[in-house]
Amino acid sequence: MQDEPTPTELIKAVADFLRNEITPTIKGHNAFKLRVGINALDLVTRQLALEQGSDAAEAVRLKQLLGMDGSLLELNRALSEKISKGEVDLQTPGLAEHLWQTTMDKLAVDQPNYGSYKRELENK
Amino acid sequence: MIEDQLGRCVASWYPGATGVAGAAKLSGGASQETWTFDIVHAGGSTGAILRRAPPGYGASPGRAAGLDAEATLMQLAHDAGLPSPRVMHVLKPEDELGTGFIMQRIEGETIGRKILRDEQFAKARPILARQLGRVIAGIHGLPASKMPKLREMTATKEIADLEREYRSFNWPRPVFELALRWLRERDPGPSKDVTLVHGDFRHGNLIIGPDGVRAVLDWELAHFGDPMEDLGWICVNSWRFGEIDKPVGGFGTREELFAGYEEAGRRVDPARVMFWEVMGTLRWGIMCCGMMQRFRMGPDHSMERAMIGRRSSETEIDLLRLLAPRGGA
Repeated sequence: MQDEPTPTELIKAVADFLRNEITPTIKGHNAFKLRVGINALDLVTRQLALEQGSDAAEAVRLKQLLGMDGSLLELNRALSEKISKGEVDLQTPGLAEHLWQTTMDKLAVDQPNYGSYKRELENK
Repeated sequence: MIEDQLGRCVASWYPGATGVAGAAKLSGGASQETWTFDIVHAGGSTGAILRRAPPGYGASPGRAAGLDAEATLMQLAHDAGLPSPRVMHVLKPEDELGTGFIMQRIEGETIGRKILRDEQFAKARPILARQLGRVIAGIHGLPASKMPKLREMTATKEIADLEREYRSFNWPRPVFELALRWLRERDPGPSKDVTLVHGDFRHGNLIIGPDGVRAVLDWELAHFGDPMEDLGWICVNSWRFGEIDKPVGGFGTREELFAGYEEAGRRVDPARVMFWEVMGTLRWGIMCCGMMQRFRMGPDHSMERAMIGRRSSETEIDLLRLLAPRGGA
């Protein structure tokens, strides 16, 4: 068992330091790069918090849609193939809901400020 | 060092040029660079831009039109009275600057977020979509007889290219599969109207001033094909920077864009434009995945590229909004 602090706590501490102490002291292209770096750390923090729950729910949906078992990667490959061949489509019960939920869960990690995502959260 | 080379170069064709000053690299990958500099002459100085492949990088990659073709197209657009920089000089071997060209520098803004937020563009924003409609119609109407050699694209070829690239990543994306299937099923076939297509007509490649559009840049992806492609591409949500209810670059409506286009004497096919918007959304998503591949394989092992890889999910939600809108959306 690894000891505390947790990876999330460590990354947050680093990101907060960069955001609050370093950002005001840096200008130009490096300021842009620093912002990208801080965004990356924030993304990792969100993924650590959300991934387990969303992956588990995605696996449950995929197994039900496909009627098979496997890793998340295998299940996504199988679904991709079925969509490509036209064996499932937007008329297939549960497919649209599954794709929407999976995509919303990705955006919650990748880019929660993205305009389309915020609109879809409001509309839900 | 580049200032010395540029100085010798401009002396050979700019009347009264005594040298160059303030040379600075604006952007550059391994094979293509853009430099800004001032030509110094008796009457003062003139802003110029060098776009080149450095010595040793002759051939342009896969889809690129090539710098000679870019120069020809820019000059054609300029001669037709379209907002385009004047090409001042096409590089020759004796310039020892590689291949490329030098053009007039046009002042203004290319960064989408600034164009959409800054006060100085407040008067430009409401007129831009219509203006750009007229401009792109002008580009589509450039005389075919004077065109350089360019690749010819159809929707069918574009779908196949995107699919091949997506499959090469070997990472399953059910939403991209859905989009590819949708595109294959609705492929309208070859366009009756085949024209010059700019290929990357969007924020970043447009110089905007407080008075509106001043120049169209970056003809690297120019080709012959369905003119509706350019109208669809500028409507892709990725260039709206949060202003998602204004489909044209976050500043205007499709109706304004189409009205400008038709004022210039060309016809719009809105269904085809929508088809190309879906294609463009998928294309940007696949380009984001490509950035992630280049990050992994190097040589550009940068945070920026890595993080762009995580933006492909933005195009997935946009594709779902286009192809499978939810009740209230």
